[in-house]
Amino acid sequence: MTDAAEAEAFPLNIMHFARILRFAGLPLGSGKIITAIKALQFIDISRRDDFYWGLYSVFVERHSQSELFRIAFDHFWRSADSANANPMSTIDTIKDEAKVHHKDPLPQRLSAAFASDYLSDLKTNKDPEIVHDATETWSSEERLKVMDFDSMTVEEFRQARRLIGKLKLPIKAIPTRRFRRRKGGRRIDMRATLRGMVRDAGAIDLRRKQRVVRHPPLVVLCDVSGSMQSYSRMLLYFLHAVTNARDRVCTFVFGTRLTNITHQLTHRDPDESLKRVGLAVKDWSGGTRIGHALGDFNRLWSRRVLSQGAVVMLITDGLDRDGGEGLVKEMERLQRSCRRLIWLNPLLRYDRFQPKSAGIRAMLPFVDDFKPVHNLSSLEDLATAFSRLNAGALWPGNAEVPRC
Amino acid sequence: MKDVTLVNLPESIDEVDLLLKRGGYISNRALSTAVYLALKIQRPLFLEGEAGVGKTELAKVLSEMLDRDLLRLQCYEGLDVASAVYEWNYPRQMLAIRLAEASGKTKEAELSQDIYGSDYLIKRPLLLALETHTAGSPVLLIDELDRTDEPFEAYLLEVLSENQITIPEVGTIRANQPPLVVITSNRTREIHDALKRRCLYHWLDYPSVTREREILKAKVPDAGEILSAQVVSFVQQLRGYELFKPPGIAETIDWTNALLTLNRSELDTVTIEETLGAVLKYQDDIVKVRDGLAEETLQMPKVVLK
Repeated sequence: MTDAAEAEAFPLNIMHFARILRFAGLPLGSGKIITAIKALQFIDISRRDDFYWGLYSVFVERHSQSELFRIAFDHFWRSADSANANPMSTIDTIKDEAKVHHKDPLPQRLSAAFASDYLSDLKTNKDPEIVHDATETWSSEERLKVMDFDSMTVEEFRQARRLIGKLKLPIKAIPTRRFRRRKGGRRIDMRATLRGMVRDAGAIDLRRKQRVVRHPPLVVLCDVSGSMQSYSRMLLYFLHAVTNARDRVCTFVFGTRLTNITHQLTHRDPDESLKRVGLAVKDWSGGTRIGHALGDFNRLWSRRVLSQGAVVMLITDGLDRDGGEGLVKEMERLQRSCRRLIWLNPLLRYDRFQPKSAGIRAMLPFVDDFKPVHNLSSLEDLATAFSRLNAGALWPGNAEVPRC
Repeated sequence: MKDVTLVNLPESIDEVDLLLKRGGYISNRALSTAVYLALKIQRPLFLEGEAGVGKTELAKVLSEMLDRDLLRLQCYEGLDVASAVYEWNYPRQMLAIRLAEASGKTKEAELSQDIYGSDYLIKRPLLLALETHTAGSPVLLIDELDRTDEPFEAYLLEVLSENQITIPEVGTIRANQPPLVVITSNRTREIHDALKRRCLYHWLDYPSVTREREILKAKVPDAGEILSAQVVSFVQQLRGYELFKPPGIAETIDWTNALLTLNRSELDTVTIEETLGAVLKYQDDIVKVRDGLAEETLQMPKVVLK
């Protein structure tokens, strides 16, 4: 290939690569592509690692994207490590090579990206035979059970909307260190006062300000194991509503393992959200290993999501396959790392509940609020149950919110 | 007066490597690439990683080796414009107004020109970073950004993308030379994409054995070969041991220093147990490692010197 052709192909290839990443879910705007092309002018792209890390620092925004980037890079720029090709070869070659060499199976998102129409259109000789099978991927091997939820009925949808309107989570707002101008506030807003003094030629008219109050972040840990099966669909609609109605909500589900579903739940459409959750969670209606799941949460997530004084809501029946093994330690750690630990137990169908199971006994000493909820059969019930929770009890000693 | 000849910015990734090394910071190719690009295309460098892997240190070494001022903004929840950017000196303003009154100068325009002058402005790190520095644009370290809250992040957007700050009473202040910005985060929460988009991202991982040995050599030159090899090997083992808080490089250095203070030239089980507090900071972890040592699921490092 001539130099001129290479110079032309190169930025195009960067763009194709970026589009593949974008298709696979990385948030890449055209601004980033321009930055990347600019950045690569300063880099010796014949050195593969420099080229890699240069693109990495522009395209990757969070650690979790690193792996996807690595695989996409390896596939897309595969030709770069064979002797006769370089990063400037044409998109056709790159794409063909990506298809032929199948060392790592591509993650579903990437294989879909490589197989997408967008790239096929670019090919001069279309080759419809080579289509990546998006179903046969690494994740499907692991999936123990995929949940297929019924979509919401019209009635349920209406209920859900109503629920959000009146839902009051039992969590009080707490004062932040920020202030807002407000008449009758407890503090003097010096800046506004002085501006007033300048205007009014020295007459002092004190302006006031008051602390802004805000809900603490909420982290929900929800059990989706076999014993909770009858509730999971409804709970998920509920979690979807909560996650979307407020900021700073993180949602996890667990059975035998822990899955962060916050991202899946942020899709506005509840059915679409649940579909995604159904695919992401791999341990539907299996056993429960609460201690194990909480241990994972403590180790991998607690520092990331509990840092700003979060309230944790644990939704589980407390029936543990491991018989409460390791649960005490993890519950203790969890309680110490959050502002408040609320346990919502939905399996208490009868009133005379006694904490007999080992799991429940292990957990009870460490929760700040134990909230049994009876007769849950609809979203409506859940909303009512929540509204009944006494919000006042959520401050130690029933104290008022500190005065600001 | 300070010498105004500027230290040249590195012209290649290898030069970045060397520059950092002279400052006692052992980098790797990935990190050096990110630093080089940040300097070259003048983007903030966003460093994320576990505590104690050398995020803050990088900014310090950069400022030292490039002979630039280091402006450090330590973030905390509720950090506001008054402590990050600027504040008016209210008592002085108040006095000025009173004085003006006494001397009969009460025209609003004159008065506001007076009391909103630079004499009354208290500058904080972000504003200072945008000023012209004779010794070249400073290194601005925004440390532990994850500790602050979203409103402050949103404010940073203007500063980072436009290199300007708007003060309502004065107008817009723009930097002639953008500062070298290093942002660090311990990932105790995710930083908003809008901010990350404006930066070059780098995830700082725990170092490899070889790199950690080099770091230790640079930071604790007095430590013997055997001791440092053992320490590094043991710490690397701990990182794969599912601890609540695996030790960072900072802990490796601390521990080696502690061992030197105790005049130890080799590790043994007793020494490890006695000094575990320099490496692990959670009781659960300490207990777990003690048990591991007793049950020999954790191996005492055997070191063969070449």
